[in-house]
Amino acid sequence: MASRLASAVPRQGGRAKKDRSTSYLARSWPLYVMALPGLVLLILFSYVPAYGILLAFQRFNPGLGVSGSEWVGLDNFKYLLELPEFWRIVSNTFIIAISKTVMLQIAAVLFALMLNEVRSRFFQSTVQTMTYLPHFMSWVILGGLMIDMLATTGLVNRFLGIFGFEDIYFLGSNDTFRPVLVVTYLWQEVGWSAIIYLAALTAIDPVLYEAAAIDGASRFGQIQHIILPGIRTTVLLVAVLGLGNLVDAGFDQVLNLYNPVVYQTGDILDTWIFRSGLMSAQFSLATAVGLIRSVVRLILVAAGFWLANKYTDYRVF
Amino acid sequence: MSEDTSLGWRIFKVVNYIVLGAMALLAVIPLFHFFAVSLSDRAATMGGLVTFFPIRPTLASYELVMQAPNFFKSLVVSLERVVLGTILSMAVTILTAYPLSKTRKVFRGRNLLMWLLLIGFFTDWGLIPWWLTIKNLGLMYTIWALIIPPAMMPYNIIIMMNFFRDIPSELEDAARIDGASHWRRLLSIYMPLSMPAIATLTLFTIVFHWNSWFDGMVLTKDISQQPLQTFLRGVVIGADLAGLGLAPETAQFVNYSERSIRAASVFLAIVPVLLLYPLVQRYFVAGARLGSVKG
Repeated sequence: MASRLASAVPRQGGRAKKDRSTSYLARSWPLYVMALPGLVLLILFSYVPAYGILLAFQRFNPGLGVSGSEWVGLDNFKYLLELPEFWRIVSNTFIIAISKTVMLQIAAVLFALMLNEVRSRFFQSTVQTMTYLPHFMSWVILGGLMIDMLATTGLVNRFLGIFGFEDIYFLGSNDTFRPVLVVTYLWQEVGWSAIIYLAALTAIDPVLYEAAAIDGASRFGQIQHIILPGIRTTVLLVAVLGLGNLVDAGFDQVLNLYNPVVYQTGDILDTWIFRSGLMSAQFSLATAVGLIRSVVRLILVAAGFWLANKYTDYRVF
Repeated sequence: MSEDTSLGWRIFKVVNYIVLGAMALLAVIPLFHFFAVSLSDRAATMGGLVTFFPIRPTLASYELVMQAPNFFKSLVVSLERVVLGTILSMAVTILTAYPLSKTRKVFRGRNLLMWLLLIGFFTDWGLIPWWLTIKNLGLMYTIWALIIPPAMMPYNIIIMMNFFRDIPSELEDAARIDGASHWRRLLSIYMPLSMPAIATLTLFTIVFHWNSWFDGMVLTKDISQQPLQTFLRGVVIGADLAGLGLAPETAQFVNYSERSIRAASVFLAIVPVLLLYPLVQRYFVAGARLGSVKG
């Protein structure tokens, strides 16, 4: 199925000649009716919210609305730049997001390479089924699970206790909170993220292996000279198309695992926007932070697509 | 393929099987442990005695959660949003993907719509503008706030569009010459031939709606409007068992273990996913490939 889609290119022309007895609209109006609901939703929820960024340049008062609130120019941004807390959430976001993205890609590639060496179909699919499972659970569920497992009386500390470790309060210490985020994220996503690399591995021409074997290459040699070059493009693509994720440290995960004690290392842009905007009703400041985040993300996404276009034959559609 | 029989490779293979097996176990162990906790009695869970098997098994926690009025209210909200949300979203997906799968000649304005879709997909105006828009549209505090805003899923539309494009145009040409309208062609040719993609995207959408919790937290008035995952967040993450809404005479938590009540709530919420998962896993994987391999 995947390969059929991979070859999908726009078919230009190729249709039979137009029926000239009817006008374009008489034939084609259903297409416009079909597209209408999607277009309306798209405009309402992807374009209309754009006016909301005006709040970032106001001292927004919900009672007065956007038109009635006082305009303050760049004051909100100036205030943010001088706020130590702002720089803390910026650096937390990048540190957490970069660690998660880099570690996940490395782990997923290794996992795919390892699975690819398994000859037993049954073992392979069992491992896959089991490792995909956490991907389908929300962070409310996983958060509940982790809070219980990582508590001082939890399973992890009981296990470590066997080896004589003191109890560690994983979610209540600034030394351990970020590593916990990274490890639990890998735990959730490694299997699922490996799918794309497994697909790339199965696409490698078996003739290459035969030829290498005849030349006397060991399996390690084949991995080095056939397999790694074979998945290079995929690895590169995933990396550049994921650039936008560098401002996304994982709102769902952090909001369900953090607590005020670990704000120092764990508070990120999205959780701060949520707390200051919707909990404390500081709409303008939260919108300003959101706007900065969106602009950086857009630049990263655009850069990612530009790179993908330049160095591979990737096209969006 | 001839196998490498060197000592180094054989050692690697053994280690490989062990590591992969351990990773697979690690992925499900927390669930097993939590399941055991949900079935164990107060003394065992509070004393930290439960590992992978329930100690003095009891269904007390499950009975308690199932008696909780708020549990059922939120379950109803969840079912409502899953059913309505999935139907609406799939209708929009199929209806938008069909015109987009045509050429510019057949559907004038096709590229404009495609660009609008992609730009919309990649821009994110932020939390507050999103929240304000939903509020200003009058959707706030209604079930529609959870259903309409996410109904247009650009990613699904692009997958669906690619699937439609792959259907041989000869089939459509024949129908067109027979005088079939676009509606008929979509219903009688494109949709029946796209069932694998439709099934996959439907499952993705169901899981999306079942798992969503944040919108339920900020777009609803009170606990009576919250979907299951949002309700669960209060109980499990907020550790607030009062959220269960039990009558005072029932809520004698001294007789229960709070840990196993939380674990039981989690399990009741993931039972549908766990039951369906083995059956539908291949669809999910097919879907992940549909989205990722293209290009």
